[in-house]
Amino acid sequence: MSFKNPLEKIEDKFEMIQILDENGKIVDEDNVPDLSDDDLVELMKRMVYTRVLDQRSIALNRQGRLGFYAPTAGQEASQLGSHYALEKDDFILPAYRDVPQLIWHGLPLYQAFLFSRGHFHGNQMPDDVNALSPQIIIGAQITQAAGVAVGMKKKGKENVAITYTGDGGASQGDFYEGINFAGAYQAPAIFVVQNNQFAISVPVDKQSAANTISQKAAAAGIPGFLVDGMDVLAVYQVTKEARERAINGDGPTLIETMTYRYGPHTMAGDDPTRYRTDDMDDDWEKKDPIVRFRKYLEEKDLWSEDQENAVVEKAKEEIKAAVKKADKYDKMKVTDLMENMYEELPANLQEQMEEYKEKESK
Amino acid sequence: MAQMTMIQAITNALQTELKNDEDVLVFGEDVGQNGGVFRATEGLQEEFGEERVFDTPLAESGIIGMAVGMSTQGVRPVPEIQFFGFVFEAMDAVSGQAARFRYRSGGRWHAPITIRSPFGGGVHTPELHADSLEGLFAQQPGLKVVIPSGPYDAKGLLIQSIRDNDPVIFLEHMKLYRSFREEVPEEEYTLELGKAETKREGKDITLIAYGAMVHAALKAAEELEEENIQAEVIDLRTIAPIDVDTIIESVKKTSRAVVIQEAQRKAGIAASIVSEIQERAILHLEAPVLRVTAPDTVYPFSEAEEIWLPNHKDIVEKAKESINF
Ligand SMILES: Cc1ncc(C[n+]2csc(CCOP(=O)(O)OP(=O)(O)O)c2C)c(N)n1
Ligand SMILES: [Mg+2]
Repeated sequence: MSFKNPLEKIEDKFEMIQILDENGKIVDEDNVPDLSDDDLVELMKRMVYTRVLDQRSIALNRQGRLGFYAPTAGQEASQLGSHYALEKDDFILPAYRDVPQLIWHGLPLYQAFLFSRGHFHGNQMPDDVNALSPQIIIGAQITQAAGVAVGMKKKGKENVAITYTGDGGASQGDFYEGINFAGAYQAPAIFVVQNNQFAISVPVDKQSAANTISQKAAAAGIPGFLVDGMDVLAVYQVTKEARERAINGDGPTLIETMTYRYGPHTMAGDDPTRYRTDDMDDDWEKKDPIVRFRKYLEEKDLWSEDQENAVVEKAKEEIKAAVKKADKYDKMKVTDLMENMYEELPANLQEQMEEYKEKESK
Repeated sequence: MAQMTMIQAITNALQTELKNDEDVLVFGEDVGQNGGVFRATEGLQEEFGEERVFDTPLAESGIIGMAVGMSTQGVRPVPEIQFFGFVFEAMDAVSGQAARFRYRSGGRWHAPITIRSPFGGGVHTPELHADSLEGLFAQQPGLKVVIPSGPYDAKGLLIQSIRDNDPVIFLEHMKLYRSFREEVPEEEYTLELGKAETKREGKDITLIAYGAMVHAALKAAEELEEENIQAEVIDLRTIAPIDVDTIIESVKKTSRAVVIQEAQRKAGIAASIVSEIQERAILHLEAPVLRVTAPDTVYPFSEAEEIWLPNHKDIVEKAKESINF
């Protein structure tokens, strides 16, 4: 071949960014985020709390007290580090696994539980929560994120739209369309691809001939970063810089976080032993985001076992209270759903409304 | 003969055609090593290799678009859409492309694709994992839509669908996957597409259904029997094309009919059957042809499924309404 392959060495441009290594040591002094001690402690609290929430959610699902649930353990740094870089008025377009970001953006826990149970109130974001409910269709949120960002730009807001998808999601046409649209309009969007190595059972290397997902940004003409998704400082810092660029009018960013989900894909019968090895699980658990951040904070005298226990207890109590509140919430009715179909009920639904009111009164 | 669940009968049909025809390829999300999220392709990759049974990247329009292209190379694609609610991602590939492939090329090309997919509801899945979208595809010229109501039919209809030289949407009701077993021959057999089956004979009223609703109709027929009403139950098996002859013959005998679909009411399969009946047999009717359907909302979030889904009681009620007309 007489032409030079333009892909040669492209991976070199997408080397993984890491600030805190597996042993809790800073490996990139220059890029350590400018976070106060309180912020660092708050980040740790959120990760510990979210790990407890995951464990409790799995247990509640097994007891039949929750419905649909996609486990989050392993992905705390990726989810919460990126979220910590946001402001309250930034807009989140989550996927089904991204309930923690919604909770820290203000979604009450009991509503997260109602979402899990398939009650529409779980999808009704409170007025002060700028977010859509978790997207079920892989990729649909990505083009919408471009739209939210274009809308924000038009309205002159100093905010960003952030969306989350997985390594599998980066294969959808919507992914390419979304990053391309946002790039074309230089819209303030952040696209986070949480590469947890599998799309249900399919390993990431079967998704594409590209060695990284972050390099796909190049085709859209936007910056792409590959980040250690088990390193909360790196995820935070990269997202923060992406946010600044977006607010300054410099357009969207793609962020790929290298992470792992410890649990099954969802609680609906997935069996990870069919497609993963124990060795792989062990290797990733050595990179655990909470373990390394705990070491870092303990070294700085910012964290103790007592503090951690207090967070665990608080989480358990709040979860218990939220389950109670969800239990007490009025059961969903078909007539509720009818109300939400259109602004004004069309004739066919008016007729059916009467019929179902009668059915429901029996 | 073996006792099989519907999911086992489906796996068995796929295995039969993978053995029979080198050109048959089975692919989709998680269908390889994992054997599919419902285990419909369990063991097939192991038996036939990754060249013939394989995982795809996560993109439904890519899956069906690729199937269309493969058709030009003599391949007989059997792609899976993991849950039928995800077919919206592939609407152009299915309706804009596969369905028109033969027509557009004046017969130069055709698309012998069988798209398999779980559908229907009642199993507490999240949004877009339960839906009855069959009407959208039945309306699309160029497609056949096949819906088995049990294991025996599933095997015979799936083998026939794969052998069919036009695109077939093969819909597998999730509630039927493991709900009962039935005798299914180990050897191959086919059931003709476009032919209904009279599941139960009766002289007083015709109940017409497909998929999971066939079982609700049969249960309703039993209850009606207790009140001395003899209901005939027709399982459509294929909703595009519809076996109008079997329906009309039955209605001419019973003079009354109730058409049942799990899908929402408006613009549905049931509505089009009602119009076939009134166009062809109005003078034989003793009562208006009635429908039992779900209401016109999007499929409900899982908590309200029970009341939303039509059931045998609704059918009994409508049948009596017809009888007492
Ligand atoms: C359009 C669409 N296709 C398929 C699915 C079924 N499905 C749900 S999650 C999933 C895998 C997603 O993997 P990834 O994007 O890596 O995200 P992860 O679950 O690993 O967080 C699939 C195939 C879906 N929900 N939507
Ligand atoms: Mg993944």
